Order: sequence, then structure tokens, then C-alpha cells
Amino acid sequence: MRLELAGITKRFGSLVANDGVDLVVEPGEIHCLLGENGAGKTTLMNVLFGLLRHDAGEIRVDGETVEFADPGDAVRRGIGMVHQHFMLVPVFTVAENVVLGFEPTRRAGFLDRRRARADVARLSAEFGLEVEPDAVVESLPVGIQQRVEILKALQRDAQLLILDEPTAVLTPQEIQALFGIMRSLAAAGRSILFITHKLKEVMAVADRITVMRLGRVVGTARPEETNEADLAAMMVGRSVELVVRKAPARPGRDVLELSGLTVVDERGVTVVDHVDLRVRAGEIVALAGVQGNGQTELAEAITGLRPVTSGSVRVDGLDLTNATPRQVIRAGVAHVPEDRQGDGLVSGMTIAENLILDVYDQRPYARLGSLDLGEVRRQAERKLVDFDIRAASPTVPVGTLSGGNQQKVVVARELSRPVKLLVASQPTRGLDVGSIEYVHRRIVEERDAGAAVLIVSSELDEVLALGDRIAVMFRGRITGVVAPGTGRERIGLLMAGMEEADLPPSAEGEDGAVTALDLT
Amino acid sequence: MTRTETGPPPAVAPATAVEPGPRGEPPAWARLARRLVEANVAVVTVLALFTALVIGAILITATTPSVLHAWSQVGSAPGHAFYVTGATIGDAYGAIFTGSVISPSALGHAISTGRGWTGAFNPISETLVKAAPLILAGLGVALGFSTGVFNIGAQGQLIAGAIAALYVGFAVHLPIGIHLPLVVLGGAAGGAVAGFIPGILKARTGAHEVIVTIMLNYVFLDLLTYLLTSRPFQQPGQSNAISRTMPATARLPHLFGSTLRANLGFVIALAAALAVAWFARRSTLGFSFRVIGANQRAGRTAGMDVRRVTVLVLVISGALAGLAGTVTLSGTDFFLSTGYGGNIGFDAITVALLGRNRPLGVVLGSLLFAALDVGGASMQVATGIPIDLSSVIQATIVFCIATPMLVRELYRLREAGGGSIQLFMKGWSS
Repeated sequence: MRLELAGITKRFGSLVANDGVDLVVEPGEIHCLLGENGAGKTTLMNVLFGLLRHDAGEIRVDGETVEFADPGDAVRRGIGMVHQHFMLVPVFTVAENVVLGFEPTRRAGFLDRRRARADVARLSAEFGLEVEPDAVVESLPVGIQQRVEILKALQRDAQLLILDEPTAVLTPQEIQALFGIMRSLAAAGRSILFITHKLKEVMAVADRITVMRLGRVVGTARPEETNEADLAAMMVGRSVELVVRKAPARPGRDVLELSGLTVVDERGVTVVDHVDLRVRAGEIVALAGVQGNGQTELAEAITGLRPVTSGSVRVDGLDLTNATPRQVIRAGVAHVPEDRQGDGLVSGMTIAENLILDVYDQRPYARLGSLDLGEVRRQAERKLVDFDIRAASPTVPVGTLSGGNQQKVVVARELSRPVKLLVASQPTRGLDVGSIEYVHRRIVEERDAGAAVLIVSSELDEVLALGDRIAVMFRGRITGVVAPGTGRERIGLLMAGMEEADLPPSAEGEDGAVTALDLT
Repeated sequence: MTRTETGPPPAVAPATAVEPGPRGEPPAWARLARRLVEANVAVVTVLALFTALVIGAILITATTPSVLHAWSQVGSAPGHAFYVTGATIGDAYGAIFTGSVISPSALGHAISTGRGWTGAFNPISETLVKAAPLILAGLGVALGFSTGVFNIGAQGQLIAGAIAALYVGFAVHLPIGIHLPLVVLGGAAGGAVAGFIPGILKARTGAHEVIVTIMLNYVFLDLLTYLLTSRPFQQPGQSNAISRTMPATARLPHLFGSTLRANLGFVIALAAALAVAWFARRSTLGFSFRVIGANQRAGRTAGMDVRRVTVLVLVISGALAGLAGTVTLSGTDFFLSTGYGGNIGFDAITVALLGRNRPLGVVLGSLLFAALDVGGASMQVATGIPIDLSSVIQATIVFCIATPMLVRELYRLREAGGGSIQLFMKGWSS
């Protein structure tokens, strides 16, 4: 099937999630849609699959303009989708799941199990998808469950298969197996639209690559014409230049010391892999990398929100390995979490209440287990002014504020304690330009006041503008620590997984790559 | 979701829009008018009550033989049919009121003769007696709900509290000034222990509190049955499953003389409501309860101990249910029997829902439910209409409150702008 998306635009209120997106998938092609979280990939797929209605543009299947009112329409036109979260009935067998919704029946409406099994066996053989038709889905490993999802789409005769971040839940071996399946499907003339933010996978499997950023298509390439560094730069680059005014750092003693820090997540995947990193008082270390390479987990391990598997976290000499979040906070660590609405704020509670989430039981807010509401309000009123939070009063629910003002509430709370170490994850994501400048200025002020600062950001411009040193993460490892003057290409290579040692000596002839010695 | 064409927005603003006032806000009368036609908490609650009364009236009409008889002859005497219907409904609701609040005729009689005060005030006294345990158990359930912990075990905690209070009652001999406070504390402690069990299981193992508390209800029910036939709880010389009785020093004093059953239990319930209101709004622990109820992840990130809060919520919730068992035992019953507590622990869930988890709401909801129970019994005696009508009215009120959308559609209300009604049972499965 030849699929053509022309000028697809989708708005949510004032937010443009897809802005004139063009995309062509040829028959028998594995087409990768590459972009960071929030780039608009999933919105585009939901439009294509009939889950969302686009505001402008056309969808064409084999040259014919189509309108999908719901996923049923899309399925009838031969489009199948494997969602990131599987849509399977865990207690049913593979065969039952595959035929669900299109059950073959015998007379009097009895389910024809034999035919269901035969269908599954035939499809499995045809495309090399080994699955036991009688196995109960919940007993199968995730990789096999995914095959069941693919079989489901094939059973409905999908000519184009959308795979939404299919590798996120798989082990490396399962990923290789999936790629094999994808290739055999393509060889059989089926088209595949593969959505991901992982560069290695794209290079390994794609026939063609389309890169999206902030709702737009920023480029199309063939893997043989491009490389991971270019793709990384395309994904994370930003059109607005950021300028942060700051004096040169005057680093002091080591405050944050990570040695051999390793985190294995719930799925058993090593997401942070023997990281050694030091952040000194009075300096900002920016942690760069394409999202999903362990930066979030690293920040969570430091702040006590995620168990450390091995290695250690020390803050100002104090061992905080596997400490509770409260112990970490009391040790002088401020944390601006990545997901401010999920982890940083209680949206139904007032600004004043959100400002004391971490100190509600301490003076001057509390005495003998009782809150001093007057003091809570007075302090909040002062912080509205001090931190430039635009709100009618401290008693409005924080959820009614704009994203920028919500973030200022988080920043105000975290910086109102004595701070030795500030950990800020994606501190300016989704903010307007004014708020971005404000947050950056506060971070630099905190540095100048002597705090050690660790910024996690997937915005390369932010990393370059803020960092006094830049550490690059790839697949849980730190691939290099460089100075902010380092060229984008060099950082791009590190983000793509090249080790710093493998890179040629700094070609730019400037102060790049000088601080590698700081990496112990 | 399906839109076939992208048309321009309608050029004419909806006719219901109110012109903005000088300060950009609609004038006060317009705001009031809007509040009355939007589905806010007060409006929905009042309309829920109204709907329940209408449905009750329809049931009375459809099931009372005299009314049906009048309608079978509606051709010959249409006026009579309407008269009988109206009179029957009026009598029934009148009987609920006089049976649960005050009887004007009995009051008049008492004023004119100077005697029979007891009869005049007995209905309200009975309502207070019935409301006290509902308030206490309802507060416990509401505190749990607003913290995101679903304590369905008030019934079992109530029984545990009553058992503990009874033991302190008969096993200790002290003057009333010391004994009675000890009994009350003992009852609260008994409920707290019963709440601690699901709390620690949830915090340590992740066992879902709904399952555990429901099952513990049966455990405590059967524990009571066992204790009632064994020493030292069984009444000496009795072969029936009946406990020893509370000595006089362990009984709650009457509020308005010995002939009216209203007792200190109601005062304890009101004090508990005030305490819970203070706790939720002004205490640091209550603050952490609210944060974790609203967004557990934010609480954890800010350093709150989610497990500790989980245990404490169930302990406090259980203590309040234990107090409910204590005030029924020490206030009116004075001994325990099998199946003690009736349905209080489950009505408490309803009352918490009706009161939207707020202390004042729980107090008012409990008074309404108690009045319907007490008044329903009087109605059955006075008019022959079964007491089940009260249950239907109670159920309809709860049904309407639980489905605000239904009330909104029924009365064509508009969606509330701010502070709209949210069902609290979010995160049921979490």
C-alpha cells in the first residue's frame, strides 16, 4: 500500500501538535518516524488511525483520498496499529485474542476455535512469527505478546502496519527478532511505519527516515545518506537561540559524587550503567542526551525516588545511596522534577499549599503539629512577588496557572530552602520564552550563590547555554564530559553513542573536549 | 468527535451569556441566578432530595390500596382520587417529619397541660441517638476517602471498638468520672487496632485495603459471635449469645433527663466532627493526608512517607468507627448481641458520600438518614405505609448524588464553572 499524508495539521486549542506534516510510505517500505517525546508522532498516528480528526490536510491510500471516522474505517482500508500498550485480553489464548472482534463462527454462533487456531498457524508460518496458538497471553513474555498484536493486525489483512514505540518494552534479543519480522513483512510487500526515538534502531532497520520536531517534519533521509549524529542534531536542535548571561564558573569542592552508580528498572533493564560523575559547588553540569537514555532515572536515583542497584551517591560527603526522599531533601538537595504536574505539584491545592509541600511540618509554618495558616499565606504572598508568579492570590488552585507560572511555583518552593545541590530535570520544557529566561536566571543565581547544579535536558541549546560542563549520556552510560564551547557535531556524536575516546581530536581547534579528565 | 467540515465559529454568542458588569464580572444577581441553574454541590443535593421525595410519592400512590381504589373510580369521582392521593402522600411525609423531629400536636398538648414533654421531644431525641454512630463512622470513612484509602471495614472496626469498650466496661471498677473516659478511649483503641491491620498489610505488602477491610468485617462479626458464648464476655447464667451488661459507671449520661434516650454520644460525635475538620484543615498530619490523597507522587517527591500515612489513615478511621460502636453500646444498648451494629458501618459509607467527605456534610447527611429511619418507623405505625419507603428515599438521594450527570440532565442544569462536582472514587484500583 502506498500511503500519503499531505499537509496534516492538528491543533489542540492553541497548541499545534501537527503543523503541515507531509509523509509518504511506499509499498514494502520500512519507514521510520523519528522524534522526541512531544514531537507530535503519536498525534500523527492517531490521526492516521482515525482516533483523531485532523484540522487540515489529506490522507491518501493508493492515490485515493480517504476519511477515517474511527479506527474501524482505518482497519477496513488495510491499516493496522500496534499500540505501545498492548490491547490484549490477558486470560485469553493467543488464537482467541487474534480473532477477537472478527471471530470465525460455526452454525448457531459457536466460536470456530479450530479455524481460529488454523488462521494463527498460517499467519505465523507465512511471516515467521513463532507463536503457540493455545498459549494464554498473560503467561507469555512481552516480546511474544507483541507478536500477537502484530498477528491481530495481519489477521485483519493490514497492508500498512503502524508500530508505536515497539522496542520500548523489549530486550535487545527481542528487538532483533522484531526487526527480523519487520523485514519479512516488508519483503512480503507490506508497508511498515515504525515510530521511535532511538537512533540505533532507525539506522539498523529503516529504508527511509522522517524526523519530526515540535509538530513539523524537519527532514527526510535514507540511512545510507545520514548518520546518527546528524539525526540526533535534527531531533533536538532548536530554532530559537538561547542566550544565558553568566560569569565564568568558579567551582569549589565536590558536592555531588556519583561513583559506579547503577540502576536496574522494574523491567530488569539496566537504565543507568556505572556512572561516575562529580558536580562541584558553584558550577552547572548539564546532562545532555536524547531522551530515554537514563537521564531521568539518574536524577530519580539521586533524589531518592528510585532504588540504586549498585554504586553510591554522596552529597557534600554524606552518603545518600538509597536514602529516602525526605533524607535527601534534608541534606540540602533541591529537586525540580521532570513531570511538574505529576511529581511537582498537587494541582487541586492552592499555590500557598504547594509552596510548603516539603516544609509543611517545620517552623515557621507549623508548631506542635498545627499549621500556621496566616504564616503560610504571608510567605506565599512574598514568594509570588519574589519569584514573579503571576496569580491573583496565593489561594487559587495551582492547576489553574499557566505552565510557566506552575514551574515558577516549583522553583520557588525548591529554592526557598538552603540548597547545596540543585537537580533540575527538563526545567524549561513547555514553557514560554519569558519563563524560560526567568528559570535560567534563577538557576545561574543559585550557582553563583555556591550551589552545585545538575541540569538534565534534552534541549541541546539549553545544555550549551547553561552548562559549565556538559556530560552526555547514551544508554545509561556517560559517553563524554565536554566544555560548552564544543561543537554541536561532536556532542551529537556522543549523544549517538560514540565514546569520547573514539572521536578524532577536536577538529574545531577550540576548547572542546578539555574536561574529560574530570570524569573519574 | 467526527466533524465533517471546518466551519467558522458561530458569529452569534449564545443567548444565555450575561453581559459583563463594570469590573468585567457579571452583576451579583446574575451570578446568583447562574449559581442556581448550574450543577453545583448545593443545587444538586437539594434536587436529589426533591427527586427522592417525588419518587417516594409515586411509590406511595402506586402501592397504597386506598389510593388505587380511588383511582379505579376516577371516572365517577375524579376530584376524590386526587384528594385521596394528596392526603395519603401528605400523611406519609407528615408522619416521617413528626416521627423524627417534633410533633406539633404533642408539643401543643404539652404546652397546654404542662405534661407529656417527653412524648413531644422523643422523636428528635431518637434521631440524635441514631445519628451519633453514623456521624462517627461516617467521619472515619470520609477521612479515608479523601486520602485515597477506601475503608469499607467500618462495620468490623465498630464491632472491635464495641468489644474493647465492653471489656473495659465490665472488667474495671472505677468511679464514673474515670471509668467512662476509659471506656470511650478503649473503644477508640479497639477500632484503631482493627484499622491498623489493613493499614500495615497495605503499606508492607500492597494488599488492597478494599478486599482486606471487607473480609475483616466477617472476621470481627464472627469473633463477636464467639466471644458472646465464652467467658468472660458472656452474661453469667445465660445460655444465649448475650454479653454482660455495662455497669452504670460505664454508661453515657443522658442529655435531657432520663426519659429521653439522647445522650452524650451525640456530643462526642459533634466534637469528633470538629476535631476532624481541624485535623484536615489545620494539622500538619492532615495536610500530608490531603496531599497524598490528591497526588501521591507529588507527596512522595516532596519527602512525605506514603506508607506511614496509609497506616495512620486507617488507624484514625478505625478509631472513629470504634467510637461509633462505643456510643451505641454505652449510650443505648448496654450489652452486645450477635450481628451487633446492624448496618451502621455500611450506612457510614453512604453518609460519607452524601456529605462529600466533609465533616459538616457528614453531620448533616447522618441527621437526614437518621431522621428518615426514625420517621419511617413512625410512618409505618401511623399510616401503614411500609418503612421500606424510607430506604427507597435514602437510596434515591444517594443515587442522584452519585450520578450528578443524571440530575443535571433531569433538570437541564448547566455544567458548573468552578468547583464542579467530582466523584471522589478516583484511583479505585490504585
